[in-house]
Amino acid sequence: MNYFENRQIVTPGELLAEGDYIAGNNTYRIGNKIYASRLGLVEYQGKTVQVIALNSVYIPSPGDQVIGRIEDVNVNGWVVDINSPYKALLRVVDAINKPFKQQKDDLTSFLDVGDLILAKVIAFDRTMDPLLTIREPGLGKITQGQIVKVSPAKIPRIIGRRASMINLLKRETECKITVGQNGIILVSGPTPEHEKLAILAIEKIAQEAHTSGLTDRIAEMIRREKG
Amino acid sequence: MSSIITSRIRQRQIYQMIASGKRLDGRGLTEYRPIKVEMGIIERAEGSARVLLGKTEVIAGVKVELGEPFPDRPSEGSFTVNSEFMPLASPEFEPGPPDENAIELARVVDRGIRESHAIDLEKLCLIPGKKVYVLFIDIYALNHDGNLIDASALAALAALMNTKLPVYVAEGGEIKKTSEYMPLPIKNYPVTVTFANIGDKMVVDPWLEEEEVMSARLTVAVDKDDKICALQKGGGGALTPQQILEAVQIAREKAKELRRLVVGNLG
Amino acid sequence: MSGKVKLINENGLRIDGRRPNELRPIKIEVGVLSNADGSAYIEQGKSKTLAAVYGPRELHPRHLALSDRAILRCRYHMATFSVEERKPPAPTRREIELSKVIREALEPAVFLEKFPRTSIDIFIEVLQADGGTRCIGTTAAALALADAGIPMRDLVAACAVGKVDGVLVLDLNDIEDKEGEADMPVAYMPSLGQISLLQMNGTLTYEEFNQALNLALEGCKQIYKLQKEALKAKYVAIKEEVETCLQS
Repeated sequence: MNYFENRQIVTPGELLAEGDYIAGNNTYRIGNKIYASRLGLVEYQGKTVQVIALNSVYIPSPGDQVIGRIEDVNVNGWVVDINSPYKALLRVVDAINKPFKQQKDDLTSFLDVGDLILAKVIAFDRTMDPLLTIREPGLGKITQGQIVKVSPAKIPRIIGRRASMINLLKRETECKITVGQNGIILVSGPTPEHEKLAILAIEKIAQEAHTSGLTDRIAEMIRREKG
Repeated sequence: MSSIITSRIRQRQIYQMIASGKRLDGRGLTEYRPIKVEMGIIERAEGSARVLLGKTEVIAGVKVELGEPFPDRPSEGSFTVNSEFMPLASPEFEPGPPDENAIELARVVDRGIRESHAIDLEKLCLIPGKKVYVLFIDIYALNHDGNLIDASALAALAALMNTKLPVYVAEGGEIKKTSEYMPLPIKNYPVTVTFANIGDKMVVDPWLEEEEVMSARLTVAVDKDDKICALQKGGGGALTPQQILEAVQIAREKAKELRRLVVGNLG
Repeated sequence: MSGKVKLINENGLRIDGRRPNELRPIKIEVGVLSNADGSAYIEQGKSKTLAAVYGPRELHPRHLALSDRAILRCRYHMATFSVEERKPPAPTRREIELSKVIREALEPAVFLEKFPRTSIDIFIEVLQADGGTRCIGTTAAALALADAGIPMRDLVAACAVGKVDGVLVLDLNDIEDKEGEADMPVAYMPSLGQISLLQMNGTLTYEEFNQALNLALEGCKQIYKLQKEALKAKYVAIKEEVETCLQS
């Protein structure tokens, strides 16, 4: 038995379903009762009950693309702030192709405190801080564009189903948009006006993430703003 | 939190025993460890007592001074309860000002004494608005083997019962101390009964290992008329209303046992 | 205790006109501070309290970190101007104790094991005190935790019950607290049916205690309902605005 309709807002502790169900994301089970564990939108899909969180912190997961800021440089590599409770490590071997001599080479000449990087999480578990790599095509130091920060919970909505939302944004604003799973988004366009429009659209998506018909409204908004 | 953290296997044993209605040290679920109360052990203090609760050991001393009354209670004496967890009492305790646990303990003991009106504060006034007796009840944990609260509340009550007030006389507007002493006027005899919730069972007088595995703690202060005069839930777990109601009933019975140790049968 | 002030009148109404089992008017707002990860503000009668949550975040000093769970920290603090006579800013023994019991009231609700080695920090600021501030602080902090997106078993709703002029009353104000015969704050997780904060000052018989506990739970359930509405209100407002725009 379901106690809510699809996409209704639920709060922690609310009873979502009772009976033969599977407890999905952001829910927990006592006996055959499934409760919400986060503020969010409830979704019943077949036998699975889950809650799409409206706000959350970023918890790293291997394979995630993230945008981070170099916070410290030490002998083995860099400490990176990835907008998470856990500081990430970028080791020299995961950053630089050529052999590295500690006596001769200066790490800060590759990446220094304050630099932004686009990176991929390669490992993380509860005993160890997340490890990053930038040794893959497209990854590395960010040299241009503007940064927008949203709650990591909104990222799936910004990408959209089968990337529909992000493709719309790119097409309509003519910007290159790189999404970090950690809630940091890089926008880089032909002019600052293009970038401003993309940022406006992203902020609107984050604000209205829990409403329906969003893709159409965003398309309309961009067209209106473009005049 | 290092040396005395209870191992997983030990935790399981404690849970299993309690689930079957017994405890690792052989006690029943509502049974206290052996208790010994000694009074008047510190001659320099106006009142003192030592309580041994199993291996838990606590000492309480009462010092009496003259002071001004609180403006809102001009004709009443006053008292404060302080508690310190001395570093010699446990590898967990460190020197320094009282931490939140010591402060909580002192405030729970204070509440029991204050709310039951154990001390007849109106009789502690020498000159209304000017001079009253001020009592300092200081509690030191000497050896921590669990349930410092009950040991401390009992030690505080015993120390108060043992307290002698120096007699003062007024001479030409001045107050002078005489060589006489009188007993502290006591009206009530509050004691506390503490429970640990372990695997949904409430056990009385938890010892150290039980405190380490308990989810929540409940302290019930009971006065001589079986009334509840303070409550305090502690620990990072929760209790059902039913568990609390049952514990309060048990506490009223257990409180009589504890009180008898200090008061004899006059309470 | 003095019995000088008459707290219940001949019609059985309280000093502020309430019936014994009636809460004060409550106003709740969620998400009021932009820097915090979660926040809430509650006005209950004349008591005004803010709560903010930061975290889960990297823990300083790091040696306090636990390898299997987050640690929850809580600071309950009263503003110097929140009471009649200025309160010194340094934490009092009362504030230290209340910080502890509030933390322990919220701890069973939070899935701390999801965020090992981090801290979740709760700050409660009492801006104006007129009784019940530990309960209001607990209620607000639970909302701030939920607003921060922290996984929880349930919200925690808190409410005090007391005895004044021999009558059990809900949600005491300051005079009732000071002059009454008993004051018992309770925090409750209604979906789980569990009590996570319980304190009592004063004297009650077992029967009175039993009734008082039930009355407190009724109060907590009413507050729980308001908490849920307040959490949803922010998002519902946006949703409704969008839908009205679509229709026009």
